[in-house]
Amino acid sequence: MSFLNYLINGISLGSVYAIIALGYTMVYGIAKMLNFAHGDVIMIGGYVSLLASSTMGLSPILSILITVVVCTALGVMIEGIAYRPLRNAGSPLAVLITAIGVSYFLQNIALLLFGANAKSYHSMVSVPALTIAGKLTITGETIVTVVSCIIIMVVLSLFIKKSKSGQAMLAVSEDKGAAQLMGINVNKTISLTFAIGSGLAALAGILLCSAYPSLTPYTGAMPGIKAFVAAVFGGIGSIPGAFIGGILLGVIEILGKAYISSQLADAIVFGVLIVVLLVKPTGILGKNIQEKV
Amino acid sequence: MLKKIDKRTKNNFITYAMVIIAFVVVQILLASGSMSSLMKGLLVPLCVYMILAVSLNFTVGILGELSLGHAGFMCVGAFTSAFFSMCMKDVITSNGLRFFLALIIGALFAALFGILIGIPVLRLKGDYLAIVTLAFGEIIKNIVNTLFIGKDSTGFHFSLKDAMSLNMEPGGEVIINGPQGITGTPQDSTFTIGIILMLLTIFIVLNMIYSRDGRAIMAIRDNRIAAESVGINITKYKLMAFSISAGLAGVAGVLYAHNLTTLNASPKNFGYNMSIMILVFVVLGGIGNIRGSVIAAVLLTLLPELLRGLSDYRMLVYSIVLIVMMLFNWAPKAREWRERHLPKNLLKRKQTAKEGK
Repeated sequence: MSFLNYLINGISLGSVYAIIALGYTMVYGIAKMLNFAHGDVIMIGGYVSLLASSTMGLSPILSILITVVVCTALGVMIEGIAYRPLRNAGSPLAVLITAIGVSYFLQNIALLLFGANAKSYHSMVSVPALTIAGKLTITGETIVTVVSCIIIMVVLSLFIKKSKSGQAMLAVSEDKGAAQLMGINVNKTISLTFAIGSGLAALAGILLCSAYPSLTPYTGAMPGIKAFVAAVFGGIGSIPGAFIGGILLGVIEILGKAYISSQLADAIVFGVLIVVLLVKPTGILGKNIQEKV
Repeated sequence: MLKKIDKRTKNNFITYAMVIIAFVVVQILLASGSMSSLMKGLLVPLCVYMILAVSLNFTVGILGELSLGHAGFMCVGAFTSAFFSMCMKDVITSNGLRFFLALIIGALFAALFGILIGIPVLRLKGDYLAIVTLAFGEIIKNIVNTLFIGKDSTGFHFSLKDAMSLNMEPGGEVIINGPQGITGTPQDSTFTIGIILMLLTIFIVLNMIYSRDGRAIMAIRDNRIAAESVGINITKYKLMAFSISAGLAGVAGVLYAHNLTTLNASPKNFGYNMSIMILVFVVLGGIGNIRGSVIAAVLLTLLPELLRGLSDYRMLVYSIVLIVMMLFNWAPKAREWRERHLPKNLLKRKQTAKEGK
């Protein structure tokens, strides 16, 4: 394969990372918590869409809709039951460990319901592959992934900048107390953030499984961690940062696999993250907050 | 003042006594033969987890930095010590001496990695530090998985590709075989050694906490800027705490490696899942509470085994127990509820007991 092919594969994988990272970064920016269960929502999204399309025989559009609705509800439920009671617990570690508990819970529920064996996934994408100059082939999955990633990023940016709810999110992320005094319903805003993040995770799950058609209860864990790395890479809390971080991470991973060593690809990805953070401790687009005495 | 010191000594004494009593109870159970082979197999891993939990608590509770790469240091300790033991298998025949030397090597290498990783990492703060330690842990695991080292009469051969590219003479021995890891490590770990190392770990950590250095480290945790302004060298003390913690994780790694015949780095034993599991012990046991870490490590390791009767549902139940325990322990509302209801219930019980009389 040529360099260009690798590059396109990298952008495709990176777009999936970017979609997951967008959800991660929004939740982190507003709730200030690392949602370790985010990756497992992706996995649940994969299973739900598989059930809807293969078992129930629904059309792709309808199954995607159902998946997004189910995952959104799941995200809001997780936030309400497991995270909200701990919001003023005093230690950020408490909610982190609870998130880990939720992650185990989702993995084991999937394990019980669907079994440990990998399920083969039928691609939801029916866009034909594109061949340029007879050599370069771009699969339909790649086209859909990249296009939907860009659309999501633009819509999300507009939503945050222009809509009232988006402004409320910004306010809550800056200062919860002051936002509340201005009449913003903090709980509702955080729920909305989880809803959007989980809805994005559902889309990411469908796109990930369409491109890499094998689904196990642990499918979401590694992409979840990678997306988190991508979010940190681009500056956590920043939406364009998550996009850039995701794309870069995917490209580095695929190129590292192709040209250096397939086993060391993860080490290379993490190595680049460390170098970036050492040069710019808040990520590529992160804001540097000066500590006041 | 005297009373305060007494209280602290008493508190420490309870921790040591608890471990020793547990040891004696286990020995009695072993001698009377009333322990299942499953439980016997769990004894050394229990010591490993306890040491890991106490050493991570030193980073998280005392230094106040969240580390998600603790399993990486354990991995370094495990592989360096197992490598040493494999090389010295025929040279040093005394098991005790060989294990002792392996222990020192494992701990030193892990501490060295702690310093090397600590220098860049400790410049970062909070969640950024957490993700970078996670990254380092994964890198260590990843590199160990691609490492091939062999030995023949001309010396050592290294490769990052496969066993063939070591270019060894016939008769040479592959010691670290990439993803297959190290096979044939002498099994020198016993429960007694585990408990001794465990006591040693607690001793080091508790003495460290109450020393001048320990107070400096805690001052940095509580207020970095204030600590710096009274002349505490932040970098030095942070590195000191981080490397001690890493070294102790290395000790756990040595114990782990010499308990198995085959040592390989899989996501299960040295991946971020392991680091997270240790963190769960620390947080559930109480951040900064050494005795709590020990108890939580034991309980949470035994819990899945005790739930074995539930077969497929056990990990599900484990996760629910974890979430409920966290909510009950930490949620402000649950705390309020406990304060309001629990003492009242106790009072009520006393009253009814009195009335019953």
